[in-house]
Amino acid sequence: MKTNPLKKVSQKIKNFRLTRGVFAWPYVLFLTVFVVLPLVIILVNAFLADGKLSFANFIALAKDGASIKVLINSIFIGAVTTILCLAIGYPVAYTLANMKTGSIIVILFLLPMWVNFLVRTLAARAVFEALSIPLGEGTVLFGMVYNYIPFMILPLHTTLTNIDKSFGEAAADLGADRVTVFLKVTLPLSVPGIISGIIMVFIPTISTFAISQLLGGVHLFGDSIHEKFIHGLYGVGSVMSLIMLAFVLLSNMLLKKFNKGEAKASIW
Amino acid sequence: MAKIEIKSDKKEKVIELKNVSKYYDDKPAVDNASFSINKGEFVTFLGPSGCGKTTTLRMIAGFEKPTSGKIFMDGKDITDMPPHLRKVNTVFQRYALFPHLNVFNNVAFGLKLKKIPSGQYIVDKNGTKYEKLRKYTKDEIKEKVSKALKMVDFEDYEHRDVNSLSGGQQQRVAIARALVNDPEVLLLDEPLGALDLKMRKDMQIELMEMHKKLGITFVYVTHDQEEALTMSDTIIVMRHGLIQQIASPKVIYDEPANVFVADFIGESNIFSGIMHEDFKVEFLDHVFECVDKGFKKNELIDVVVRPEDIYIIPADNAAAMKHGAVNTCVFKGDHYQITVQVDEFEVVIHETNGVEEGAEIGIFIKPFDIHIMPKARIVNEIETEMIDEQTVNICDGSFECMPTELEAGTPVTVKIPFDKVVVHDDEEDGVIGAEVINSIYKGSYYQCFIRADNYYMFFVDTQDDWLKGDRVGLSVKPEDIQIEARQIEESEDR
Repeated sequence: MKTNPLKKVSQKIKNFRLTRGVFAWPYVLFLTVFVVLPLVIILVNAFLADGKLSFANFIALAKDGASIKVLINSIFIGAVTTILCLAIGYPVAYTLANMKTGSIIVILFLLPMWVNFLVRTLAARAVFEALSIPLGEGTVLFGMVYNYIPFMILPLHTTLTNIDKSFGEAAADLGADRVTVFLKVTLPLSVPGIISGIIMVFIPTISTFAISQLLGGVHLFGDSIHEKFIHGLYGVGSVMSLIMLAFVLLSNMLLKKFNKGEAKASIW
Repeated sequence: MAKIEIKSDKKEKVIELKNVSKYYDDKPAVDNASFSINKGEFVTFLGPSGCGKTTTLRMIAGFEKPTSGKIFMDGKDITDMPPHLRKVNTVFQRYALFPHLNVFNNVAFGLKLKKIPSGQYIVDKNGTKYEKLRKYTKDEIKEKVSKALKMVDFEDYEHRDVNSLSGGQQQRVAIARALVNDPEVLLLDEPLGALDLKMRKDMQIELMEMHKKLGITFVYVTHDQEEALTMSDTIIVMRHGLIQQIASPKVIYDEPANVFVADFIGESNIFSGIMHEDFKVEFLDHVFECVDKGFKKNELIDVVVRPEDIYIIPADNAAAMKHGAVNTCVFKGDHYQITVQVDEFEVVIHETNGVEEGAEIGIFIKPFDIHIMPKARIVNEIETEMIDEQTVNICDGSFECMPTELEAGTPVTVKIPFDKVVVHDDEEDGVIGAEVINSIYKGSYYQCFIRADNYYMFFVDTQDDWLKGDRVGLSVKPEDIQIEARQIEESEDR
C-alpha cells in the first residue's frame, strides 16, 4: 500500500498535541546547535589534517613539550586552588551551618558573584598594582580562590546544615568529645558536600583562561587552547580541547565513584 | 547474682534533679522540676507534646543545660558535665543511627572510644603510680557487639547498611548501640513512636524483659499513656513544663492528682462539683456520698469518675442515683462505650453489656469510685468582653490593656499570670475591689486567693502575706494582660 508522504505530515500536524514533552523542544534545539554540533566539529577537526583523516594533530601536540608543560601546570594550579578553597571554605561553611543566621551570611558570601567576574578580576588586578604587589602565580592563585570559593562554600553549607543534629548528639552520648564527633561523624557525613565542592571548583579552574592572563600572565591550558585557535591551528586546538574534556569527565567519574555508598551527592 | 543485689538496695538514688528549670526565650519548657530516680527503676515521663518531658530527658543526657537548678548523678553534681563524660546512654526518637557506618560499626562506636584500665602500671618521675589505660581490642569489641546484638535479637546482620533496615530493625540496633556501653542509666526518648501497633506491643514486652534482665535504670519518655501504664515502675506526669504527679501506674490511674492527670490517663468523666461537707459531694445536680474529707465547706472541686466505675441499672431500681437517656452505644471489642444524657451533662460509661439507644436507665456510682480533687489552675482565666480597643472588662472593672484591634463588645478570654496581679492595701488604689479569702505560704512566696465582688476568684502570688477577710484593691499592668478573641460556642458542660 502506498502512503502519501504529504498526507503523513498533515496527519502528524492533525495529531499534534501540546504535551509536556513539547516544551523541551526549544532547549533540545538549542543544545543541538550550540553544544552537540560544536563538539562534533571539534571531534572532526581533531582528526583532520590537510583535509585528510589522520593523527597528525595528536603527534604535533605530543612533540610540543611546551603545551604538555602548560597542561601539567594547569592541573597543578587547579589542584592547589581546590585545596585552598576547601581549606578556607570548610571552616566557614561549618561555622555558618551552626549559626542561626548562617543562611543569610552565606548569601553575603555569594554577593560578589553578582558582579561580572571579569570586572572583579580587573578590580583585583588594580588593587595589586596599587599595592605594588608583583603579578605572578601567587596573584593568579588568589584570583582563582577568590572567584571560586563560593562554589565550595555553598554545597558544603547545604550538606552540613542538612546533617541531622541528633547524629552529633548520639556520638557525644556514646563518649565522643567535640573533636571526635567532628572527625568520626560530621566529616564523613559531609563527604558528599566536599565532593560537590571539588567538582564545582576543580573542573572550571583547570580550564580557566582569563584570570590567569589578567592576574599574572601565567599561561594555563585554557590560554593555550585560546591561543591555538587565534593562530588558526584548529586541529591542534581541537585535540587540546578534547584532552580537557577527557580530564573533566575523568575527574567527574572518579569523584562520583569515590562518593559511592554515601548519601546522594547534592550537586545542586 | 548482681541483679539481686541491685534489687535489694532499690532505694539508692541514681539521678536527682533539684529545682531544675529550662527556659527558651523566657518561656519555661521545664519549670522548677525536682525529683529523684532510684537505681534499677523504670521511670516514665508522660505528657502531651510540648510538656517538657523530652527537654527533661535531654538535660539528664547533657544535651541541654538547665537555666537554673542542679542535676545529680550518684550524688555528684553533673549539671555542667558534657554528655560524653556522663554514664548514661540514649536511644533517640528517630534512632540517629550513623548512616555512614554499618550495623557493626554503629554498635561498636562507643566501645572504640572507650578507655579501660589495662592492669599495667607506670611510675612517673615523682614516684606516683598510674594505671595505664588501654582501648578495647578488636576481639573484645567483636564479642561485646555480638552479645549486644544478641540481646536485642538481631544477630547475623552486622554488615548490613543501616539505611536498608526497617524501622523495627533500626530500633533494635539503636538499643544495642546504647546498651553495649554498660550505661548506669538508659534514656529512651519515645523509642517506639515510629513503629506500628503490633511491633510496639512486642517491643514493649522486650524492653521490659531487658530492664528486668540488666537491672539498670531505664528513663523512658512517651506521650502514650497505655505504654507508660504497662511498662513503668514510676510515672512522672508533666504538663506545660510542670510536674503534675509522680506515682506508680496504679496510683496514677486510681488516684489522679488533678483533673489533667485524670483526663490524660485513661478516659474519665470530669465534673465540676461542690463539697458540701466531709463525705458529701454534689455534682450532676445530685448529692453523692464519697470517701473524701478535709475540704472546706462548700469548696469548689473537680470530680473524676472512670467510665468503668459507673453502673447502669434499671430506671425503676430504687438504688438509681440519677436517671438518663442513652445517646449512643458503641461496641469496642471488650466493652461497650455508652454515652448517657443526664440532664444537661453527658456521661461516658463502659459496660460489658450493651443497652438500647434511647432507653431510660438509672446510674449508680460507688462512693470510693468518686475521686475528688481541688480545682487546678495555672493562670487566672476570665471570659469577658472588650469595652473598647484599649480597655477590657474584668470583673466589672475597666482595665487598661495593650492596644488591640478588637472592637467594643468582642468576646475575649483574658489571662493573667498569678504573679502579675497587683494587690493594693487601699481598695481605692485598685481598679476593682476584692476580698482576701485565703493565703498559703509556698516556701518562697504567698499564694493568695482573692475574690472579686462578682465572685471570680483570683489566684495571686505575692511576697506579702495578706490577711484573710481584708478588703484590697486589685490592678494589673496593661502589658501583663493577655487577651485572646474567643469564638462563641454553646457552653459545654461536662
